[in-house]
Amino acid sequence: MSTKVERIILAGFGGQGILFLGKVLAETGMQAGKNVSWIPSYGPEMRGGTANCTVILSENEIASPMVTVPDTVIAMNRPSVAKFNLRIKAGGMLMYNSSLIERQEFRDDIRLVEIPASDIAEELGNPRVANLVMAGAYAKFSNLFTYEDLRETLPKLMPANKKDMVEINMAALEKGFNYVQEKKYMFGRYVYSVFKGI
Amino acid sequence: MAKVLMKGNEAIGEAAVLAGCRYYFGYPITPQSELPAYLSKRLPQVDGIFVQAESEVSAINMVYGAGSAGARVMTSSSSPGISLKQEGISYIAGAEVPCLIVNVVRGGPGLGNIAPAQSDYWQATRGGGHGDYRTIVLAPNSVQEMADMTIEGFELADKFRNPVLLLSDGVLGQMMEPVDLPEPKDYDVNSKKWALGYTGKDKAERNLCSSIFLDVDELEEHNWHLYQKYQVISDLFSKGEFKDFAVEEHLCDDAEIILVGYGIISRILKTVVEKCRKRGIKAGLVRPKVLWPFPTAVMQRLAEKTANFLVVEMSCGQMVEDVKLAVNGKKPVYFFGRTGGTIPSDFEILNEVDKIVRPD
Repeated sequence: MSTKVERIILAGFGGQGILFLGKVLAETGMQAGKNVSWIPSYGPEMRGGTANCTVILSENEIASPMVTVPDTVIAMNRPSVAKFNLRIKAGGMLMYNSSLIERQEFRDDIRLVEIPASDIAEELGNPRVANLVMAGAYAKFSNLFTYEDLRETLPKLMPANKKDMVEINMAALEKGFNYVQEKKYMFGRYVYSVFKGI
Repeated sequence: MAKVLMKGNEAIGEAAVLAGCRYYFGYPITPQSELPAYLSKRLPQVDGIFVQAESEVSAINMVYGAGSAGARVMTSSSSPGISLKQEGISYIAGAEVPCLIVNVVRGGPGLGNIAPAQSDYWQATRGGGHGDYRTIVLAPNSVQEMADMTIEGFELADKFRNPVLLLSDGVLGQMMEPVDLPEPKDYDVNSKKWALGYTGKDKAERNLCSSIFLDVDELEEHNWHLYQKYQVISDLFSKGEFKDFAVEEHLCDDAEIILVGYGIISRILKTVVEKCRKRGIKAGLVRPKVLWPFPTAVMQRLAEKTANFLVVEMSCGQMVEDVKLAVNGKKPVYFFGRTGGTIPSDFEILNEVDKIVRPD
């Protein structure tokens, strides 16, 4: 991944908190002193439909905020992989929610990161924090903000009436971050991205 | 003040409050609804008035009223809604009442769709409604400029007693970027001597804001008066105090091809220019930040030395006509457009540049 700019497409079902996940990454990048942009897909969507958004974090001025070829795709459901898989930059990364997306014949020129985000969120007691599991996982790979930046920023984004959610949200970040840290991942077609227990 | 991550639509709303605007009248339509939603919460906090009117026509006439009284006032909509407002905009221009009108453009014609577009250029820059009139048209390309140009828009409207149109699009309205918000400005509602609400000691016996001139000679005189005002505005933007505000030039000095685009397209073109330069193509960018008056003089100057122009728009080709008028046949002016809500990618524009610069 380039150390200067990170172009991310985030996608999933409406209701999975995709837009909020994008906002968390953008706000964290901004708090870390970077240039950022966030663009939602705003079609006539409904709950259960698809939602996606585009986030750029950059050391330099962001010229075009549009992303044709993302460095990273964060996919929360199966249609998102089908939609964005081929657009990922060679050498880029596909980070996917393996609770809802089965292992398959992926491209062999990208880094695959498998996170059972929905399962982890269920274990924590609220399936709706799967998006933040992914945010924690992404912090592991970002060159433009740190896990600490993320931990500092997230509580500021929570509305006053959701302050009771801070604890579980922070736990989700931690689980996601640690899941990646503990596991190995590698490139390759047919090669599972994460080897559990090796 | 620290930077705030905001949507373009919300940035317009906050900037309007900071500029002293206390009156908003509008009707919801995607993709600009975050703006009235924001102001419906924000205006009551500063003793302002927010009214969701029963229609766009009604809203623009409320703007006409509040503006005539001397208030800083605004409305906003998206393409079909702006078409509905045109009658009122024509009246406001005729009566020389300052106000800010925001168009977060979506696809047309007709109901079209809710995706971003730039197909309202002609409507915006040629007046839009009936009669011989102009509106000053500002074209931001970032969330920061959505805020800055809102404030500048109120200033220009007051300075020239003319409606100002902020021409944005669905992407700029919906996207979030960090914004540096300026300090609030005090606006004195009693600063306009011509206004119906003026209460100063030198108040005229009767102030009147109207666009009715039933007498033929009177209306002709009024029309020439408006025309002269538009000439003064044009001059100030081409060689006067707003010259540098009106246009952004990027790497034009040695350019063999100049890309021309406004709004969100200009951001994509900047990336295309970078990519061209890496590949040894000397590309430059001209971005009109003000669409009326169009930066004709800048285009004329560049036409002397640059070999080619490529205009890129999210329409079938509207601003390209103004570029052609300015270049006046001296150099070829090419066009590339996408419509219906498709935003052209940097790659397809690069391909167009290749076809022009390396034709084989």
